[in-house]
Amino acid sequence: MRFEFGVGAFILMGFACALALAFASTDARGRVGGETYAVTARFSNLGELKLRAPVKVAGVKIGEVSGIRLDPERYDAIVTMQVARAAGELPVDSSASIYTSGLLGERYVGVSPGGDPETLGDGDEIVMTQSAIVLEQLIGKFMFGNAKDLGDKPADSAAPAETKEIP
Amino acid sequence: MRELVAEIGRAGVFAGRILVSLVPQRGSFADLVRQIYSIGGRTVPIVAVGGLFVGLVMSLQGYRTLSTFGASNALGTLLGLTLYRELGPVLTALLFCGRAGSSIAAELGLMRATDQIAALSMMAIDPVRKAVVPRFLAGVVAVPLLTAVFCAFAIFGGYVQAVHVLGIDAGHYWSGLQGSVSLVNDYGQAFTKALVFGAVTSLIATYAGYHAEPTIEGTSRATTQAVVSGSLMVLFLDFLLSALLY
Repeated sequence: MRFEFGVGAFILMGFACALALAFASTDARGRVGGETYAVTARFSNLGELKLRAPVKVAGVKIGEVSGIRLDPERYDAIVTMQVARAAGELPVDSSASIYTSGLLGERYVGVSPGGDPETLGDGDEIVMTQSAIVLEQLIGKFMFGNAKDLGDKPADSAAPAETKEIP
Repeated sequence: MRELVAEIGRAGVFAGRILVSLVPQRGSFADLVRQIYSIGGRTVPIVAVGGLFVGLVMSLQGYRTLSTFGASNALGTLLGLTLYRELGPVLTALLFCGRAGSSIAAELGLMRATDQIAALSMMAIDPVRKAVVPRFLAGVVAVPLLTAVFCAFAIFGGYVQAVHVLGIDAGHYWSGLQGSVSLVNDYGQAFTKALVFGAVTSLIATYAGYHAEPTIEGTSRATTQAVVSGSLMVLFLDFLLSALLY
């Protein structure tokens, strides 16, 4: 009798711990529940966008990225997103952009709703998109732009130095 | 070398015998419950205390590392990911090996040494079915549950240390966990590993005890083998599973 109570207590404790952990310390609660519909969008560059990245409107999570594939003809990335019905319907002229949360955070898709009375349905595409900003490209442009100036300067500064030495 | 290969072969045959005898019989459920109590239930205190201290110390040491990058608010994430992916199942399995694996091997070894196993066979009772299977199954059931207890206490210990001692905001701690720990990939990995570790450590412990030489030295050797081989196997399989499930 004593060990039967012990076994019951042990098993209940184990499951209670597992359940409490699942809700308190994992993303189980943040998962989008209820009915969802799929929306696609084309991007020319995803950056580090990954599967299950959040989709946000005004900073509030309304869905997640459920598929990423490459269009073999146009070499665009096609992103499929599952958006919760509970979040309301998005106007057809909404635009999607890929942002980074914080300076080093993860990528997410930010959707800015438009003003069209018509709304996006299951399988529709968001036409207006803005790709991810890739940090290396920005730095590359910055360095390339400056490299030209830097290349010119030694020639300019070398010439006066020589003229100074002559007299 | 030949001896090692033969040993692995014997263990394989033994595992096969256990699998064949898994079919439940009258009375086997009562045996199982009794074993879950002595193997799982009585391991809870050591696992809980172990988890608590692991959480406390990881919080403290993680804070030291993260604060050099000004990222001390990511402590919850660090704790959750290390715990679920690695420390939770591994440390639980090692503690289980030391606490329960040794006692399984000692019990079966003594049953062998005092001819109880021969007596069971004499009475036409399959000793594997009567003595080994309940202990093996109890281990398989117990280790995942113990892992949950370990992780719960470690997360709690980490919370106490981070929020009440180091002064990290409680919201940051929990949102770090909820935002970055994936239910399927990270949390699921903890229990996949725990299930495998439970099966392997109990198999090694029952094997060592059942095949012990019927002497005092044989029993003591079996106990040592259960703990040493079991722990090494856990660490080796942990690497293998991490590489596979990454």
